[in-house]
Amino acid sequence: MTRSVRNRWLFWLLVGGPIAVFSIWAMVDNLRLYLLTLLNGLTLASLYFIVASGFTLVFGLMRNVNLAHGSLYLLGGYIGFTIAEKTGWWLLAMAGGFLAAAIAGLLIQVLILRHMQGQDMRQTMVTIGLSIVIADVLLWIFTAQVHQMEAPEWLQGPIRDIPIIRAYSAYRLSLLAFGIAIGVFLWWLLNRTKVGTMIRAGVDDRGMLAAAGVNVNLVFAVTFMLGAGLAGIGGVIGAVELSMVPGEDTRLLLASLVVVIVGGMGSVVGAAIGAVILGLAETYGLAYAPTYSVVFTFVILVLVLAFRPRGIMGKAA
Amino acid sequence: MSAAHWRRAMNTGLAATSAAARQLPLPRAVATTAPAATPDPYADSDAPRWLKFLWRHLSARHVFVLAFVLLYPFVATPFFTFQIAGQALALGLIAASLTFLGGYGGMVSLAQMTVAGIAGYMLAILGTSGAAGQAASLGWPWWVAIPFALVIATIAATLIGWLSVRTEGIYTIMITLAIGVAFYYLALQNYSVFNGFQGFQRVYPPVVFGINWRDPVPFYFLALACSLAGYLLVKWVVRAPFGIALQGIRDNPRRMHALGYNVTAHRVAAYALAGLLAGVGGILLIWYNGLITPNSVNTGWLINVLVVAVLGGMRHPIGAFIGAIVFVLLQTFAIDVIDRERFNLVIGVVFLAIVLFSPDGLLGLWAKLRSRFGPQAALTSQPRRQA
Amino acid sequence: MKVNKRFVMHSLVGAAAALVVSGAAFAQGTPVKIGLLATLEGPFAAGGADGMRGAELALIQRGGMAGGRKVEIIKASSNANPDVAVNATRKLVEQDKVDIMVGPLSGGEGIAVKDYSKTQPGVTFINGGSGAQATTLVNPSPNFFRFNTEGAQWMVGLGKAAIDKGYKRVMVIAEDYAFPYSQVQGFMSEFCRLGGKVPVKAWVPLGGKDYASTIARIPKDVDALLVVLGGADAVNFLNQYEAAGGDKPMMGGSITVSQDVLNYRGKRRDSLVGTIAAGPLADTFDGPEWKAFVADYQKNFPVSKGGYPSPSLFALVYYLNMKAALDALDVVKGDLSGGQAKYREALSKLVLKGPTGEVRLDGNRQAIGTTFVTEVVKDSKGELSTRVLRKVDNVEQLLGIPKDQFKIGSRDEPNCP
Repeated sequence: MTRSVRNRWLFWLLVGGPIAVFSIWAMVDNLRLYLLTLLNGLTLASLYFIVASGFTLVFGLMRNVNLAHGSLYLLGGYIGFTIAEKTGWWLLAMAGGFLAAAIAGLLIQVLILRHMQGQDMRQTMVTIGLSIVIADVLLWIFTAQVHQMEAPEWLQGPIRDIPIIRAYSAYRLSLLAFGIAIGVFLWWLLNRTKVGTMIRAGVDDRGMLAAAGVNVNLVFAVTFMLGAGLAGIGGVIGAVELSMVPGEDTRLLLASLVVVIVGGMGSVVGAAIGAVILGLAETYGLAYAPTYSVVFTFVILVLVLAFRPRGIMGKAA
Repeated sequence: MSAAHWRRAMNTGLAATSAAARQLPLPRAVATTAPAATPDPYADSDAPRWLKFLWRHLSARHVFVLAFVLLYPFVATPFFTFQIAGQALALGLIAASLTFLGGYGGMVSLAQMTVAGIAGYMLAILGTSGAAGQAASLGWPWWVAIPFALVIATIAATLIGWLSVRTEGIYTIMITLAIGVAFYYLALQNYSVFNGFQGFQRVYPPVVFGINWRDPVPFYFLALACSLAGYLLVKWVVRAPFGIALQGIRDNPRRMHALGYNVTAHRVAAYALAGLLAGVGGILLIWYNGLITPNSVNTGWLINVLVVAVLGGMRHPIGAFIGAIVFVLLQTFAIDVIDRERFNLVIGVVFLAIVLFSPDGLLGLWAKLRSRFGPQAALTSQPRRQA
Repeated sequence: MKVNKRFVMHSLVGAAAALVVSGAAFAQGTPVKIGLLATLEGPFAAGGADGMRGAELALIQRGGMAGGRKVEIIKASSNANPDVAVNATRKLVEQDKVDIMVGPLSGGEGIAVKDYSKTQPGVTFINGGSGAQATTLVNPSPNFFRFNTEGAQWMVGLGKAAIDKGYKRVMVIAEDYAFPYSQVQGFMSEFCRLGGKVPVKAWVPLGGKDYASTIARIPKDVDALLVVLGGADAVNFLNQYEAAGGDKPMMGGSITVSQDVLNYRGKRRDSLVGTIAAGPLADTFDGPEWKAFVADYQKNFPVSKGGYPSPSLFALVYYLNMKAALDALDVVKGDLSGGQAKYREALSKLVLKGPTGEVRLDGNRQAIGTTFVTEVVKDSKGELSTRVLRKVDNVEQLLGIPKDQFKIGSRDEPNCP
């Protein structure tokens, strides 16, 4: 067989081999724990995917590393919490969180970032400054008190009588559904709508897009809104599962960074793959080797950077 | 569209190849600082060569600043000497490594504090500490532990560099941030080597020549000596062939590659040198604090180093120290002026203001003021700045 | 009158006397500067704010005076990082020149500040809220005083209560740093001695939010869980555990059932009702001094102004330490001269009358005080609070274990699988 095909086989063997061996050992040792961890990892991956997809969209199209992404997550979460408390409607809270983050993103893009077109480094620094400011303003308004949002009535409590696992949190399972739903929506948006075509074209070649007569600024604004809104939705969803505390912004930002580095910049499919890898690595690490779980994440990061610096689904710039 | 608009758009298109280089006004340590026209005024003098060198390169302001920093501890209170100046010098050295890497190398790495932390941790692990936990210090003497710590930090910086240089420009920030945070979590979760959340306490400088180097005045002079050495090293390197090549790689890597320079090797070497500087800064910092915990290298501190470097201005290494002094002053006295709780807000707003209105930092502000209010330069044509 | 030599002499003497008297009065009248350090940022920010309220309450009760002198409080903030705490303390001591230092809040900070206090013999350091054992057991500092009992002392009595409830096998879930180590040690030294077993200890990182893996590891055959988590971690764990269908009874550490956790913004979890815990206070204790303290707190810091419905653990410990500082000033009548020697002696001998009982110091300047075994109850308004199951007096830092056998709590000590 040809060299590249053989390399492929070798790669899958080297990576898949240890994973298979470990899985067999874990399943024999404690099947319930293994399956629980699998579900935990996939549901966590869904949350990471939702947040990271916004990040990768913004980066892919506008080459802008939006380090304020985490604080937009916080913003969406807090606003969603307030709406849920006032109205009791969880879906309204999700819409509110999306809108709040999207509007914030729009303002950032139109008022500040548009004037620095092409200056990537400066834009990144601005987003760093914005993240510090937004996080501190939110801390000022909402204080450091823990904000734990309620899951909607129909998702509260455990689902019982599942074979082997016995019981699992209904809300956590719904995270999986959300992730898939948003993934499908993004796929439809990017592949079946005009806006999506423009975004994909812009990711490939920004200059040509402008030359083709498209209002590039409008496309940028819409993309930034969408990316920020996704962070906001992630915030509302995460507020139930992980609660809202100052400091969540850096955690989610880091997760997004790792997902996008591993999965590839600008690719939503890559974000999904990266999220699954990161989510599984984190949860399995926490369950089986708590003091070394981060080492797994790090090793994955290093391997990807060493052998595929663009990420798994990344395109050459 | 207007000519200016068109020019900007064209530069945007060119930005793909050297995007990172064009946005921050960059330091230009070009070799031709001494115009060939004016004759050397000291050519006939009998003074020794090193003296003539000093006469040529030192000006009044250098002498003034040197005198100030040498006399400072004798006029300032121990608090100001130790907490303000000592801390600022240690932090400034780490930020200077970032200025070197980012300003002259075009690679803004958020992992400089990580390298400093690695040096600090290695010193704590290899040397003596009062650790009460699973991880024990090996207790090596200081003249073994310190070089080892520096070597390990430099190796770590080289590895980080090797991982980061294979992608360009904007990716560096992302990747170095991810690596930095991974190290934070490693130090936080690992108990057998890094002692987890507790970290290492009571890591003090050794008593050498009968002087306790943690006392305010000795520590100040130690930090001053290291910072001065680091500063002069940076200034020397950027004018040496290596530094010039590095700046060329920053401006146009493709052309340098075509000229036969090994672009990756130069970049990784720059990371290694910056890592050495950050390692020295890290050792000073752990001696200042007397302890090291994972929170010394958390995301906040990784970004603080960037804030310090940008605050002062990335066009010249002295900017890092200026930024460090302003940062430490703000951090210490913010609680007297506004709530200390809103300190982050103040830092964030100041940082934003600098990036939006004066990307050169305080040095750029100073340059603008000088050109506005200082003696008017003659209306000769100036070398055309690119972009 | 005739300006003769005698007149001049008398006037001079009179003027000098007036000067001396006014000078002495002036010296007597200079305010005492007390530095106050709490975590107003970071993971314990909410607790730190309440701690400051507690300390201020101690001063408000005395009208701002102690020992005949006015007291000036200078505040500083930290974020649970020892280096930030030492920087803030150094600023208060060396720059603002405080006479007495009260703080810090977190365990690791306390150890670092204690190390710093050894370099500043001219200033008296009193603890704020930090509760790590090592602060006063390992390398104690002669000018560092702690008037609040520490983490291990707070758990005395809970081991016996667990055995009484029939829990023979308990799993420990606790944060991975010094304070929870001491809490677990305080519980386990009694529990193991009475025949209990702890087969699994799960140490989770501070601020880690995802407890799904920890919950998955809970073995089927444990009778109860000992949950020593604080703040956001506790809230997350409780929610995730209930959502995952967990049904094992829980016991709480001292900060797990603290007011800031019981009052988190969100629906009250009924599953918390009935949890037993132990700590230095119980919200519904009916001692008269406690009731007066609560009433004072509620009057000065009503909920509308940001206070909790009832003072939290942090408010109590800061109150105790600040009150001790001020009471000792009363004893020496404000005389801090002579390297504060008289003041420190007064502190060492002080019998502090606190809201929960008497507090006195042992040889390492560590408090000997009262611990409550409590239970979480829901009142008529639907709010959660803790009520007293048992009150244990005169709890010492060595927990009744002989000194040569005593080991400071760590991840592996004590052990009884």
